[in-house]
Amino acid sequence: MKNKCLMAVVLLLVGFSGVAAEEEALAGDTLVTDPMLLFPAPVTNLEGRDSDNDHGHSVDLSWELSPDDGAGQRSVMKYDIFRWIPTLMDSADVIRSAIGVALTAREVDEVPGADWNDTLRFLRDVLDTLIVQFPAAHAAYPNDGEWRRVGMVPSGEGCFEHSGPKDRLSSDFLPDYCDFRFRVDAVTSDESIRTSSDVAGPIQCYGQWFNSGRKPVLVGVLVFGFLTILMVSRARKGADLYVRPISGIEAVDDAIGRATEMGRPILYVLGLGTAADVATIASFTILGRVAKRVAEYQTDLIVPTYDPIVMSVAQEVVKSSYLDAGRPEGYNEDTVHFVTQSQFAYVAAVNGIMLRQRPATNIYMGMFHAESLLLAETGVEAGSIQIAGTDQIAQLPFFIVACDYTLIGEELYAASAYLGREPVLLGSLKAQDYAKAAVVMLALLGLAASNFALPWFVNLFHVID
Amino acid sequence: MNRSTYIVVGVVVVLFLLSWILKAVSLSGEDHRYILHGFLITMSAFLTLAIFSFLYRDNPFYKFAEHLFVGVSAAFWMTQGFWSTIVGNLIPRLSAGFSEFFMVPHQPSPWNIAYWIPVILGILLLMRLSAKYGWLSRWPLALIVGTTAGLNFVRYLRSDFIVQVSSTFVPLLGREPHQWQGGGAFISHLDLSATGQLAALLTNWIIFLGVFCGIVYFFFSKEHTGVFGRASRVGIWVLMITFGASFGYTVMGRISLLVGRVTFLFRDWLELIS
Repeated sequence: MKNKCLMAVVLLLVGFSGVAAEEEALAGDTLVTDPMLLFPAPVTNLEGRDSDNDHGHSVDLSWELSPDDGAGQRSVMKYDIFRWIPTLMDSADVIRSAIGVALTAREVDEVPGADWNDTLRFLRDVLDTLIVQFPAAHAAYPNDGEWRRVGMVPSGEGCFEHSGPKDRLSSDFLPDYCDFRFRVDAVTSDESIRTSSDVAGPIQCYGQWFNSGRKPVLVGVLVFGFLTILMVSRARKGADLYVRPISGIEAVDDAIGRATEMGRPILYVLGLGTAADVATIASFTILGRVAKRVAEYQTDLIVPTYDPIVMSVAQEVVKSSYLDAGRPEGYNEDTVHFVTQSQFAYVAAVNGIMLRQRPATNIYMGMFHAESLLLAETGVEAGSIQIAGTDQIAQLPFFIVACDYTLIGEELYAASAYLGREPVLLGSLKAQDYAKAAVVMLALLGLAASNFALPWFVNLFHVID
Repeated sequence: MNRSTYIVVGVVVVLFLLSWILKAVSLSGEDHRYILHGFLITMSAFLTLAIFSFLYRDNPFYKFAEHLFVGVSAAFWMTQGFWSTIVGNLIPRLSAGFSEFFMVPHQPSPWNIAYWIPVILGILLLMRLSAKYGWLSRWPLALIVGTTAGLNFVRYLRSDFIVQVSSTFVPLLGREPHQWQGGGAFISHLDLSATGQLAALLTNWIIFLGVFCGIVYFFFSKEHTGVFGRASRVGIWVLMITFGASFGYTVMGRISLLVGRVTFLFRDWLELIS
C-alpha cells in the first residue's frame, strides 16, 4: 500500500513537471522576436514633379505616410529623403572649392595677379565642362553614383521641396533638365531601423516662363491696356472727352501772368525723382505747357534739377516749347541746370535761389521727400505764389498747408492731360477713370462675395509671389 | 561791404579760431590728432549754425555753407558713381588691363554683349555735350524712360491695383467673413466692447466708405454734383484727416533730427551736456 502511494506521488510529480516543462517551452516560443516586425512600413505612392511658377532648380516630392507614422512599437519618427547623386557632382564640388581658394588668395594678395586670373578662368572652364555632363551622368543611373540624404521631415508630413540656388558656383547647385531619382526612408527612433520606399523618378526640374499665380495681373494688364488703346483711339478721332476742372491747374496760367506783370521769374521744381518716375513724367508735360506760356510772355524761367537725366529731358522739353511758341531765340541754355544729387544740398541751393532771385511763382511738380516743407516754407518767406503737385502721400500735407494750390496724387497726372490736351494723355486719363469705376464695382462684388460665402470670387484676386 | 559787415565777419572769424583752439586743447589729452579733430568739430558746428542762420534771413555765411555743401556733394556723388559703378562693376568685367590700372580684381568671363550695351548707351548719353551730335542722346533717354515705364506698369498694377482691390474685401456683417447668420443671430451676439465685434465692424465700414468716396473724388470724367458731389466731399474729408495724421507723425520725426543736431552742438562742441 505504502509502495502504491509512493508510486502515485512520483507519477504525479513527473506529470506536473512535464506540464511545467511544456508551459516553459511554450513561454520560450513567444519571447523569440521576428526581426521584420521591428521595421516600420514604408511610405507609398512617392511622387515627384517640377515645382511650379519658379525659375527652376526645385522639385516637389509627396508621398502617403507610413501606416506606422507616430504610432505603435514601430513608430516612425521622421522621414529621410535621399537622392541618387552621380560621382561627377563630387568632381564639380572639388572644382568649386578650388575656385573659392583662388578667389580668397587673389583678395589677400593686394595687387591682383595675372596668375590668379588665369587660374580662375581655367577652373571656371573646367566647371562649365563638368556641368554640361550632368544630364548624362544622371541618366547613367544606377551606375557611377550613390544615394545621399538631401533632407528630412518629421513624422506626419508627407511632402518635401528639394531646391537649390541657380548659382553654378554654389555647392547646393541643383541643375535643371537632369533625371533625378528619389527615395524616402521611414525612420524610427533608432536610426538604424528604417524602411526605404520605392524609387521615384526620373524627375526633371526646369523654369517656367509664365507664373500662373499671377494670372490676375495678366488679366488686369490686358484689360487696362485694351481700355487705354480704345480711349486713345477715340481721342485721336476727335471725340470730346470731358475732364472736370481742377482748381490748381487753372491757377497755373494766372500765376504765370502774375509773374510776367511783376517782372519776376518763375521757379519750376521737378522734384527728386528720376526720369522714369510717373510723377516726373507728368511734370515734364506741365513744364512744357508752362515753358510755352513763359516763351509767349517773355518771362524768365528757372528750372534747377536734381537728376542729370531729368535735366536732359527737361532741356529738350523747354527748348521744344520755345520752338512751338515761335521764339527759339528766347531759349537760354542756363534755364534748366543741374544742381547736385544730394537731397538737402539741392534744397539749400533752391532755397538760395528763392531768396535771392525772388521768383513770383513757384511750381513744385513731381516726386518729393523730406525737403517739401523746406521748399514750401521758404517760398512763403519769399512771397511767391505756390502751386504744388505730388503723388507722395507723406509730403502732401506739407504742400497743402504751405502752398496756395495743391494737386493731390492723381490730379497731378490729370493735370498733364488737362493742360496738354494731347489725345494720348486724354485717352489714358479716361482709361484710368474707367479702371477706377471697375475697381469700385469689383470691390462691391468682392465685399458681397466675402460676406456671403463666395470664396471663389475672392480667390480670383489672390496673387502668388 | 560796409563797416558792420566787416565787424560781423571779424567776430565770426575770431570766435571760430577761439573755438578751434579751445576744442583742440580739450582733446589734447586723449587724442593725438587733436588739432585736426578740433578743427573738424568747430567747422561742423560753424556750418550747422550757418545753415540755421537762414531762419533769420539770407546772409553770406549761409551762402558759403550752401555753396560748399552743393559743391562737395556734387563732387562726392560724381566720384562715388565713377568708382562704384564704372570701376567697381563694369571695368572688372571688360578688361584685365584696365582692372590692373585701377587696382581692382579682374573678373574673367566670356565676352558678353550685355556688358557692352550700357557702355555704348552711356557714350551716346554723353554726346549731349556736343552741339552737333547731341541728338544721339535722345535714344538712351527714350530707352531709360520707356523700359522703366514698361517694367513699372506690371509692378504697380499688381501692388497698387489688384492687391488694393482684394484688401477692401473686408467683412461688413461680422468679425470674420461668411458669418452672416441672420439678423437675430447678429443682434444676440452683438458685443459693444472696444475690441469686440462692433468695433471691428465700424472699422471695416469706415475702410469701405473711405475707399469708395476717395475713389469718387479722383473721378475726373464727371462733374462733382449731386450725390456724386457729396460722396466726393466725404472722400476729400477722409483724405484731409489722413494727411493731418501723417503731418503730425512726420513732424515728430523731423523734431528728432533737430534734437540730433542740437545734441551735437551742446555735447560734442560746447561740452555742456554729457
